[in-house]
Amino acid sequence: MMQTSQTSEQSNLTTNPKAVMPIMQVQDIGLRFGGVHALSGVGFNVYPRTIQAIIGPNGAGKTSLLNCISGLYKPQKGQILFDGKYDLTKMKPHEVAKLGVARSFQNIELFRHMSVLDNLMLGRHIHMKSGVISGGIYWGAAQKEEIQHRDYVEHVIDLLEIQHIRKMPVGALAYGLQKRVELGRALAMAPKLLLLDEPMAGMNSEEKEDMARFVLDIAEEQQLTIVLIEHDMGVVMDISDRVAVLDFGKLIGDGTPDEVKRNQAVIDAYLGKEH
Amino acid sequence: MQSGVFHTNYAKDMQLRPTWVMRARLVLLIAFLVIFPFVASVYWLNLANQIMLFSITAVGLNLLIGFTGQISIGHAAFVALGAYTAALLSTRLNIPFPLDVPFAMIVAGLVGLIFGLPSARLKGLYLAIATLAAQEIVLWFLKHLDLFVPNVGESISLVPTWAHEQFLSTRARADFNYYWVILFFLSLVVIFSVNLVRSRVGRAFVAVRDQDIAAQVIGVDVNRTKLIAFMVSSMIAGLSGALIAHYRGIVNWERFTVDTSVAVLSMLIIGGLGRVSGSIYGAIFVTVLPALLTQFGLLFRDILPDVNRIIPYVQQGAFGLAIIFFLIKEPEGIAKMWKDVKDYFRLWPFSY
Ligand SMILES: Nc1ncnc2c1ncn2[C@@H]1O[C@H](COP(=O)(O)OP(=O)(O)O)[C@@H](O)[C@H]1O
Ligand SMILES: [Mg+2]
Repeated sequence: MMQTSQTSEQSNLTTNPKAVMPIMQVQDIGLRFGGVHALSGVGFNVYPRTIQAIIGPNGAGKTSLLNCISGLYKPQKGQILFDGKYDLTKMKPHEVAKLGVARSFQNIELFRHMSVLDNLMLGRHIHMKSGVISGGIYWGAAQKEEIQHRDYVEHVIDLLEIQHIRKMPVGALAYGLQKRVELGRALAMAPKLLLLDEPMAGMNSEEKEDMARFVLDIAEEQQLTIVLIEHDMGVVMDISDRVAVLDFGKLIGDGTPDEVKRNQAVIDAYLGKEH
Repeated sequence: MQSGVFHTNYAKDMQLRPTWVMRARLVLLIAFLVIFPFVASVYWLNLANQIMLFSITAVGLNLLIGFTGQISIGHAAFVALGAYTAALLSTRLNIPFPLDVPFAMIVAGLVGLIFGLPSARLKGLYLAIATLAAQEIVLWFLKHLDLFVPNVGESISLVPTWAHEQFLSTRARADFNYYWVILFFLSLVVIFSVNLVRSRVGRAFVAVRDQDIAAQVIGVDVNRTKLIAFMVSSMIAGLSGALIAHYRGIVNWERFTVDTSVAVLSMLIIGGLGRVSGSIYGAIFVTVLPALLTQFGLLFRDILPDVNRIIPYVQQGAFGLAIIFFLIKEPEGIAKMWKDVKDYFRLWPFSY
């Protein structure tokens, strides 16, 4: 039933992906930590305005892959092309962010002492300009900018239904709300590509439902491409357009949810065991 | 248009002092600051000036330590650089008082920027030790200034300078007149800092302090932000140094040793890290406590003829106890205690 919110254009993309240029091409990524091969030879494409899931058992390398995309980890091998021209593996995290790549973390990484509003305003950082001098003077350019971006942030707050907590310090919020604020901070960046690392982990089914609804609404409203790591198979098969499966750092499946469900290697490695 | 209404609402929402109580308190504070120099004795005037000079340095250092989370225990070095720059410009090049201030700030800021470079690699204790090294390097340079500048002694005397000739003929007049000069610059520094921390750069400071990985991933250039914090806080220290040079009329490196750095650091801890007002509370506390102890001790002069010798030990002991108290009992400092008091009265009489 959740699939109703997807446009026919998107289903065209998923049935015939080769027809469009991928927004991101992960190519032959190899990442080692000492003797541990966290990722080896991982490659797949992410297509515009799709929800791309990454699944796999714990320790499969899912978070490591997101970290490579974000520029936090430097893979020893391979490249990640964004928009066909930028190799993210050669860039610093803040440069990747400026290209329009936003993310949330598996273990919430918010600015704990700041209010929800300030966290979301930090999401606007790349779109704002004021420096030390105009900020120190404040009245004039900086204030104008604050107001303008506050407007955008309020829109995100409405979208995520967190109006009631906007002035609260995030450290004081319940886990589920913190997850939502972290999603909000990523959305405030108005990204082209949104990376979500287990956004529903640790939530009850009602909260999961809410989160899935937010993700779908946002994808629709902002024409976003989403890379989603998620353990809940029901959710993954329901909302994603394509699924990549990792196991021990290797890609063992990549395709539509139905294709992946029928893939024997995937069934053996993952689906069979957990469900 | 509809959005116009929204905009004024947001501006209101972002006001620093949204309630009339807050504004009334500000008016009271200003009234006090204006009346004070007319009623205070020279002793208290001198103390007030010292507090304000320390406050300037402490507010600047708070931007670096309290907001950006980069520990520096060598900040007096940048005060020293400001003081020496002002002193040399005044005595050698005859640049009159306010005009040398920007140069003092630039010199201190640039050196601060250079000594901030290790912050890209070092964190916490390691960075603290690097800044300590910076302090020693700068002090060594100033002690051996005669190697670089001809005919400088251990200390540089600025009296009489242009400013003294203009309006500071006697020491007592100097305290009174400099009260206004220092208050003016302190106000600028406070307004600047309060504004900075509520806009883009200041939020990036706190982001770097709270979670530097997340800061990078949302697009904050973490190393650059640290360097900005180092530079801005060193520039403010340089400003304080230039004012000290002119106010005291003499510059000597002994005033700017690690002891001074640690004193400013303790002001931050006592006043409250990460709150602009905290730096000022801390400066007041650390400056006034020994003065009060001295006054108090002198009451016993008749009974205890030796009291003058004991007072310094009591001062040091009280200072140490205060730091320990705040570290353990109120790590957020006086600023937090003051906030709690205000919250209590805000809800009064239903405060429990
Ligand atoms: N920073 C790191 N240092 C050392 N090993 C790491 C690091 N990050 C990940 N790994 C290792 O890489 C492998 C994949 O981890 P991870 O990407 O977190 O898996 P997943 O997110 O799929 O559970 C694990 O063996 C993990 O121990
Ligand atoms: Mg993980």
